[in-house]
Amino acid sequence: MGQLDSAGVADLLRPLAPQVLAVLVRRHGQFDACEDAVQEALLAAAMQWPTEGVPANPRGWLLSVAGRRLADQWRSENARRRRETTAAALDGFDGAAPAADDDRLVAADDTLTLLFLCCHPALSPASQVALTLRAVGGLTTAQIASAFLVPETTMAQRISRAKRSVAGAAFEMPAPAERAGRLGAVLHVLYLVFNEGYAATSGPDLQRPDLTREAVRLVRQVHRLLPDDGEVAGLLALMLITEARRPARTRPDGALVPLAEQDRSRWDRGPLEEGIALISATMATSPVGPYQLQAAIAAVHGEADRAEGTDWAQVAELYRVLAVVAPGPVVTLNRAVAVGMTDGPRAGLDLLATLDDDARLAAGHRLLAVRAHLLEMAGDLGRAREAYAEAARRTTSTPEQRYLEARAASLS
Amino acid sequence: MKYLLLMYSGPVGRADDLTREVALLEVAESGEWLDGGPIADAGLTRTVRVRDGVAASSPGPFRTGPAQLAGYWVVDCEDVERAVELAARLPEAATAAVEVRPLMGPSGMEM
Repeated sequence: MGQLDSAGVADLLRPLAPQVLAVLVRRHGQFDACEDAVQEALLAAAMQWPTEGVPANPRGWLLSVAGRRLADQWRSENARRRRETTAAALDGFDGAAPAADDDRLVAADDTLTLLFLCCHPALSPASQVALTLRAVGGLTTAQIASAFLVPETTMAQRISRAKRSVAGAAFEMPAPAERAGRLGAVLHVLYLVFNEGYAATSGPDLQRPDLTREAVRLVRQVHRLLPDDGEVAGLLALMLITEARRPARTRPDGALVPLAEQDRSRWDRGPLEEGIALISATMATSPVGPYQLQAAIAAVHGEADRAEGTDWAQVAELYRVLAVVAPGPVVTLNRAVAVGMTDGPRAGLDLLATLDDDARLAAGHRLLAVRAHLLEMAGDLGRAREAYAEAARRTTSTPEQRYLEARAASLS
Repeated sequence: MKYLLLMYSGPVGRADDLTREVALLEVAESGEWLDGGPIADAGLTRTVRVRDGVAASSPGPFRTGPAQLAGYWVVDCEDVERAVELAARLPEAATAAVEVRPLMGPSGMEM
């Protein structure tokens, strides 16, 4: 029995959660019931281990507790004969985990299979995110609900519906033909988890669990399993470099600090350098993809000690490639900023004009905010002020609104 | 993304509640529904104004007219299209109108 405090126990439990769940699902199917049983076992561990000590084989302990819960559940449901048979088989299973479960490789592969299951195409992105955080991340429903600022009952319903939707799906790696597409969905979900944590500028009063840290942990895990996948490495690098800016991106009052105005000495050197090294090594060997390109752009910004030292020509070139590989209105917006720096604001505004008919951007504030920035650079202060003010009216983010209103006011 | 669905009653009064129950069941089950419910009759409204530091309240709604707020929902859904889809299932959409208003939040990118 080892001794750990509750935070230490939580850190120990999180990576074990998907491994235990995967073993149970593989044995018994019924993802739905297995997931409930694992949550109960995790809860029991979180309560008992800090006071009674950590068992010698934590995974075996969790497996046996969750296995017994499953058996109890099936018996108490007075289930049909088929289920009784399963329960009988489970009765013999309350000792330590069989040797095969201790094989780290099997456990690791299972985590990946579980990720693919949680990011099943039958689910909406919101459900994929919730299910991934619970089944793979080992977060409780209450933690996930508080992270997304919704009531716990809402999140419980979302998760339980998601679990039912994938209950019948086979617990196996997708066929090679569809694996690339499914991996794309997994990476997108992890990217959403990261963004949800990163875009939040709210203070400690909201008690959000650290979603960015969780996203980085999960992507790191996928990267360990698929070290040769350039996009997995690219996403990890992108997250590390973005996360490194966190200390510099908000003022104490919660106001946003744009990249150009950040105090770069406050960037976190550890993840910054790790991210830059990772993306440099990856792009030298892997076929290029959108996450790698975004990471490379973040790395170019990260390599400049001052905003004035930014290699804008390289940024513009990377955006040009990104616009070919993964075209989209947001890429064009960002590219317009870079082109504004290399070829002048008028060239940037010309590029923006191509987005005027884009319905996805028409109602939002981003197009206006970028246009305002380029108009300001071009010295057209009257129209810049109008565009900033209109962008401020349209954003649904309070910190962005404050920033845009301040820009408009500074031009008056 | 969170949206406020504002249901307006038409001159004919409160809309049929069965349609609403069916819609509510679906959004409650999907985990999209956060809060909401009917609002009591506009005649019970008090409108409050503070002028020169003095608070005064008067009976009746701030905006008068036949169309009055009859209820609201707060939903958390994928995008505005989904919010509009939900609004269309509310009985007020057939008798008067439902407004879909995005809520502002504390999140933001560094731009």
